[in-house]
Amino acid sequence: MPDRTRLIGWLLQSLTGIACLIIVAMVVIIIGNIVIHGAGKLSWEFISQAPRGGMALGGIFPAIFGTAALVILMTIAVIPLGVATAIYMHEYAPRRSRLVYLVRLAIQNLAGVPAIVFGLFGLGFFIEFVGRGIDRAFYGGRLLYGQPAIIWAALTMALLTLPTVVVATEEALRAIPETYREVAYSLGATRWQMIRRVVLPQAVGGILTGGILAISRGSGEVAPVMFTGAAYFLPDLPTRLHNQFMELGYHVYVMTTQSPDVEKTKPILYGTVLVLLLLTFTLNFTAIMIRAQIRKRLRSER
Amino acid sequence: MRDIKGVTPKLETRALDLFYGHFHALKQVSVSIRPRAITAIIGPSGCGKSTLLRVFNRMNDTIPGVRLSGEVLLDGQSIYSRNTDIQRLRKKVGMVFQRPNPFPLSVFENVAYGPKIHRLANSGDLHEQVEASLKQTGLWDDLKGRLNASALSLSPEQQQRLCISRLLAVEPEVLLMDEPCSALDPIATAQIEELLMQLKTQYTIAIVTHNMQQAARISDETAYMLLGELVEVGQTNAVFTRPRDPRTEQYISGRFG
Repeated sequence: MPDRTRLIGWLLQSLTGIACLIIVAMVVIIIGNIVIHGAGKLSWEFISQAPRGGMALGGIFPAIFGTAALVILMTIAVIPLGVATAIYMHEYAPRRSRLVYLVRLAIQNLAGVPAIVFGLFGLGFFIEFVGRGIDRAFYGGRLLYGQPAIIWAALTMALLTLPTVVVATEEALRAIPETYREVAYSLGATRWQMIRRVVLPQAVGGILTGGILAISRGSGEVAPVMFTGAAYFLPDLPTRLHNQFMELGYHVYVMTTQSPDVEKTKPILYGTVLVLLLLTFTLNFTAIMIRAQIRKRLRSER
Repeated sequence: MRDIKGVTPKLETRALDLFYGHFHALKQVSVSIRPRAITAIIGPSGCGKSTLLRVFNRMNDTIPGVRLSGEVLLDGQSIYSRNTDIQRLRKKVGMVFQRPNPFPLSVFENVAYGPKIHRLANSGDLHEQVEASLKQTGLWDDLKGRLNASALSLSPEQQQRLCISRLLAVEPEVLLMDEPCSALDPIATAQIEELLMQLKTQYTIAIVTHNMQQAARISDETAYMLLGELVEVGQTNAVFTRPRDPRTEQYISGRFG
């Protein structure tokens, strides 16, 4: 029955096409809505000043600053740990090592843990256990590190993004042809010399990809930082690792749920969401540019 | 020490057996490699000639499940003893692979790799050392203006020369060549062969090849292997004109392989 076949074909084409259109439409609606309502709010004052008048006036600079500081601290923690893990698993561990199997299992499970659980873990482990321990050991029990702080939020976030970095780095290591390792050995290189001068330079692109993904995830998550360091409003910027901080995602969350006057804060809310999106995009874009630059240098110039 | 024509061998194996798991890849191989000469190892695919070559710089070590018995000597010293320094062994006994495999780095960085890891030169001398190694392979005149170009932008022949320069820069004594011309066209092959003829005045060269004409053209000694056994070894002329073993005769007259 050719008519029926043709009808099914036409129907499938339409349905799959519609599925694509829905996705595009959703993105356009979300971003369009935010841009339309938020763009008017964007001004130098908005991004350079602290909130005033019960959050209804002023800007969101402390939240921007806090988010950037959080992401930077998180990156400093997650990249070395993640890269070292991947290097061990791919370059040092013997094949079919039981330890590697366990580590891989742990990382897969870590990737599946809900963000809020990380938040609770950060509160229980970093603040109650590590932080209190530090206070007791070094500050005579004075409450300093044993409370929510940017360092604990950053470490919690690093834990959340660790699987991303490990997996991306491992992919990068796997992509390096075995022959380069063989040549390095044949020239009398030790394993570390081989890794340092042959493997790592070629893996930089992949490691940065992991970093990019970690950053875009980290700058958008709220749950891991809400118990571990983010605050609704602070008069001062965080200057020490044990300070609390304001964060864009958390700012959005509290303004939507806890604001005394929703109508007044609504424009600020839209503006904040727009800034959060722009910040994430900018961070991503910068990292992508760095990666492209490094790749180009590796391929041609050097 | 067993000598061929009164020369102390640079490399030697005695009753060497090698297994990949249960596969018996080398069977009772006893062979001597003369210093400052080219020894060709020929034989059909899978006969163990590359495996034998990789015994000399212990590159088989990286393959899991390899077992080996018998003796392997470099300058009369065992290279499989417990206190053998593998990095130092590989610095002395270097290798050129089938496919040109420069690092995806600049020409300069490729050649500088060995001196850097072995700390053979401080930065002032490094440039001289790179220049000397490139001159040895005849690349200097072509490439002196583009030392910072990517090694991957070179022609296959230049890449293989660069790989040889990279090896010479670590100041080796023995060059192991695993079919170094198999990825090159005939003209490039002829040029690499000419280079090997020059290099043999300073280095001991062992070359695996499936190209019998190549073995006949450039080697001083030829070893013929079949199914993991060393069938015959001797002066190239003699092996090719008056083979002692009928299997060698069959192979070089083109009846199989």
